[in-house]
Amino acid sequence: MSINGKAFIAGAFEHPGRELPDRSVAQIHTEVALGALSDAGLSFDDVDGYFCANDAPGNGVLSMAEYMGLRVSYMDSTDSGGASPLCHVGHAAAAIAAGKCSVALITLAGKPRTSRAGPVDMTPPEASFEQVFGPSLNASGYALAARRHMFEYGTTSAQLAEVKVAASIHAQYNPNAFLPKVLTVEEVLDSPLVCDPLHRDDCCVITDGGGALVVVSPEVARSLSRQSVKILGHGESPKHADGGRIDLTYTGAVYSAPKAFEEAGVSRDDIDYASIYDSFTITVIQEIEDLGFCEKGEGGRFVLDGALVAPYGRLPFNTDGGGLCNNHPMNRGGMTKVIEAVRQLRHEAHAKVQVPDCAIALAHGNGGNLGTRSGAATLILGRQDS
Amino acid sequence: MSEVVEQPSLPTPTPSVTTDTAEFWAATLEGCLLIRRCNACGEAIWYPRPICPFCHSLDTVWEESTGRGRIYSFTLIRRPGGTYANADPYVLAYVELDEGPRMMTNIVDCDPSVLVVDQEVEVVFHKTAVEMALPRFRPVG
Repeated sequence: MSINGKAFIAGAFEHPGRELPDRSVAQIHTEVALGALSDAGLSFDDVDGYFCANDAPGNGVLSMAEYMGLRVSYMDSTDSGGASPLCHVGHAAAAIAAGKCSVALITLAGKPRTSRAGPVDMTPPEASFEQVFGPSLNASGYALAARRHMFEYGTTSAQLAEVKVAASIHAQYNPNAFLPKVLTVEEVLDSPLVCDPLHRDDCCVITDGGGALVVVSPEVARSLSRQSVKILGHGESPKHADGGRIDLTYTGAVYSAPKAFEEAGVSRDDIDYASIYDSFTITVIQEIEDLGFCEKGEGGRFVLDGALVAPYGRLPFNTDGGGLCNNHPMNRGGMTKVIEAVRQLRHEAHAKVQVPDCAIALAHGNGGNLGTRSGAATLILGRQDS
Repeated sequence: MSEVVEQPSLPTPTPSVTTDTAEFWAATLEGCLLIRRCNACGEAIWYPRPICPFCHSLDTVWEESTGRGRIYSFTLIRRPGGTYANADPYVLAYVELDEGPRMMTNIVDCDPSVLVVDQEVEVVFHKTAVEMALPRFRPVG
């Protein structure tokens, strides 16, 4: 496959301004977006892919997607300086050719001329309405989400603790796990409150380290002696504060998971193993619901009775001990989620937690903060030979 | 007009002001909580910005909020850090304004142990080191 003839540039707009002291950087991104969409005869509602580089304020695409009110299924914040928009065109064409999106918006904006008179504020547009109130621990946003989930669905701290306990049961078999001790629900509940209602043991570990992956073509995979893992499906989406209508009871998995399952052509019942992003216990509860493994609000009850414990629970999860007990390198747990799914599909997890005949696995990531804005991504992976 | 507290006990970090938000922060000194309203679709917008994130119209205007609302969610932060490192444990919250938007804020002048979701609150402004004030909320009555 090539991108040749698979995608078209339908709109283009150059801002007429050359010195714009009276506009925020976010506003200029918005004005050029409006201009290009108008040129194409399209609107913001048509956009399902968004691309911006480091000239956009905030974390990747998250802040600008919220500012402009975008709801997209594909996002890319590759930065290569002045060449970034050309990278974005190429990446957008590949994404469109693959069916990942159909209307990709690419923006670039900034105020270097104005900055000669004084520094231009690159603070994300939402920061002055959040950071000033001291959400200083990452846990605080997740605590807000947990409190609201408890209010709406009756979820309890003991149910949250079950997630940590399951992770700790797995971690005891991982010689590299940061917290290899098996915990009880009571021990989790007895750990100090950090941000009510979250206890210390509801939180993931803070660890140095990292990970890496190599993705290859089917031809290369066939030429290798090592068992490789087939990528069956993928979905992604930002989830943001939605113009002041933030809903703390769900995650972006509600958008990313259906895309991934549809592309993979498998159902929830087909998933033998799941790596589920576990920055905090509440993250797992909400994702289990949003990934479609149970009804909304039932996550707390779903995790009871060892449902997450490998190898024989209903949904064996995070068999390396996860971010909750094993590793959360660079405060980003997505890499280790994919790696443990690969181990399971290669049947190379620890014998005590290896899911028998594991053939299809899910890996899900949720970055940013559940309490404000986050990016969700779901992968479905298979053991099938290439 | 809501109360503007000159020397609040909780830290008051200085917001960054952009051309999008200069009027909002100027109004805080008058005890006035501004929200943005879209003339095209009628929605109230938070945080304030020129474009409506719901219908993408640029026809948006300032409107004074009643400053009243209810707690959507809250947490007691027991390990303050960053600019709040020297503060006692404090309440971070989302308040849903009567006009609809949910905004991050602090709940002050309260006993955190008796706060509940859905509790009625009203805005109170805490002055910062520069000519602005942070909109925080306190229980009504």
